[in-house]
Amino acid sequence: MSSIQPPELVCPAGTPAGLRTAVDAGADAVYCGFQGPTNARNFPGLNFTPEQMAKAVDYAHERDAKVLAAINSFPTAGRTHVWKEAVDAAVACGVDAIIIADIGMARYLSTRHPQQRIHLSVQAGASSAEAIRFWCDRFDVKRVVLPRILTVAEIKQIHDAIPCEIEAFVFGNIGMMAEGRCALTNYVTGCSTNLDGVCSPAGDVHYEEDRQGNLTSSLRDVTIDRFAQGEHAGYPTICKGRYSAPHREHYYAFEEPVSLNLTHLLADLVQVGVTALKIEGRQRSRAYVRSVVSAFRGAVDDYAAGRTPDVSHLLALTEGQRETQGAFRSKTWR
Amino acid sequence: MQGELTLGPVLFNWQPEVWRDFYFEIADEAPVSRVYVGEVVCSKRAPLFDKYVDAVVDRLKTGGKQVYFSSLAEVSSAIDRRLVKAVTTDNDAAIEVNDISALWHLSGKPHVIGPFVNVYNEDSLDALADEGATHICLSPELPKEGIAALTARAQERGVTLETQVFGRIPLALSARCYHARAHGRTKDSCKFICDLDPDGMELNTLDGQPFLTVNGIQTMSYTRLNLVCELAELMELGISHFRLSPHSAGTMHAAKVFRAVLDDEITAEEANGLLQDCGPDVPFSNGFFHHKPGVEWRVSGALV
Repeated sequence: MSSIQPPELVCPAGTPAGLRTAVDAGADAVYCGFQGPTNARNFPGLNFTPEQMAKAVDYAHERDAKVLAAINSFPTAGRTHVWKEAVDAAVACGVDAIIIADIGMARYLSTRHPQQRIHLSVQAGASSAEAIRFWCDRFDVKRVVLPRILTVAEIKQIHDAIPCEIEAFVFGNIGMMAEGRCALTNYVTGCSTNLDGVCSPAGDVHYEEDRQGNLTSSLRDVTIDRFAQGEHAGYPTICKGRYSAPHREHYYAFEEPVSLNLTHLLADLVQVGVTALKIEGRQRSRAYVRSVVSAFRGAVDDYAAGRTPDVSHLLALTEGQRETQGAFRSKTWR
Repeated sequence: MQGELTLGPVLFNWQPEVWRDFYFEIADEAPVSRVYVGEVVCSKRAPLFDKYVDAVVDRLKTGGKQVYFSSLAEVSSAIDRRLVKAVTTDNDAAIEVNDISALWHLSGKPHVIGPFVNVYNEDSLDALADEGATHICLSPELPKEGIAALTARAQERGVTLETQVFGRIPLALSARCYHARAHGRTKDSCKFICDLDPDGMELNTLDGQPFLTVNGIQTMSYTRLNLVCELAELMELGISHFRLSPHSAGTMHAAKVFRAVLDDEITAEEANGLLQDCGPDVPFSNGFFHHKPGVEWRVSGALV
């Protein structure tokens, strides 16, 4: 593996302090967004003002790290100026790339700021070589963030058929539904993941404990899961809840509350042409970011030097202390 | 009222003969002007009814319907990609695009954009019109304010707009088959178990509350979208085509009811009563249009 160019380690930052933490822990690039609905992690207390973004870019560039601005929700009709202003502000801040999902924003960015590097967000749901080639051909996209639904073998096929770089998720939340095409949260809460950038908004999340110590989690008035005393209680997203089908009781109909961890597939991913490895979690704490980024920095450096890294402690950071390789290892996960 | 009724593609795994006979009846009897045909959810299902496609299309055209082929909504595997390529390049049919991959093959030819491609704003509409889109079926997630902004731009661009007004609501797509998973199988070993549920497999919450519907890799609402009371408002906003999504029973009845409302033969309130008889027997919802949770049902603006 020493003959292979080491992949870029792309890490999350929900706040300016989080960005500094990620850079200091060894991130090659950090992705972050502006406050408000223009990015797909629109949570209270998260994200950057334009002034903070500009300072963050300076901080990162002084340390040879890149900043990637995620403007990857879908503009609401009648309010596209909010997203265009975000794009203009990101360009003015000197970010290294802008991550977009909306075809209208791609056109705006490529015509208004033709020199600005464009990355295609996972929210665009481009999961085939043909879709990716379309984006590259029309808008000169330089990198695609692949959905978490492809096997390593399929990633290789895509790599061989597209003219741009590939970024792949390696750690963090495993999005169960095709990104950019999920209206489950909106169906329950009236808040749209695609349009408002919010999945399972905190204001609609409730936990209730009964006398026996059982904990029920709900989203608005919909029960998502119930946990016995001492059982690890996950955050109630609809796609990680327990339900009953006509012939099956109380099961995880979509996915157990597990996290994606592709540590053991790093070498495979790099060999099939993945340029950048992405860690999910802009809503996570600085301590989490420091731990995960440091571990992956070590892992990437070890792989690049031909050593086998020990990253077993990453398991403690996964959701419910359970991890999966999801779709990446084999098609049987599907 | 003017306005055209359309019939969206069958989203479920019906027996091939049932699928064929459904379309034959639609061709002969249904007051819809346009019919979308094709596998949108799972490429594995397409070969099951392939042998009847030509007969169905002929019958629909003989019945005076415009016929469009709907392309697959999620495209990743080799079989997915072959299906999209076949649909978009191996015939001269009119195409409804449900994934950007189809646009690559169409390379600028006129087409329809389906509800699985995100068109949430005027700039996206512009970009897609430049690619050859002449008609767009909007996402059912869009509230009336968004529809209003889009119709204004669509009229400038000569693009006609459609929105779903009846039937279970498509909410999400995944790589994983939840029908197979419910039966302890995987997508590759599914043995087409989704054919057990011609209107989807219903999921209840732990409290026994009906919640969602599983259709292979697709997740749908448990409730049925019903915008019959909003038809007049949709037309005022500039929507010209109204889509009914097929179910195993009651689709013909729903088509006749909606047509009667569009023809001013009955009121929307009367239609609501008649639509109760269109299976499956589940509650209505119309929240998305009113910028509320999609699951909600409002009559005259009040939550029921």
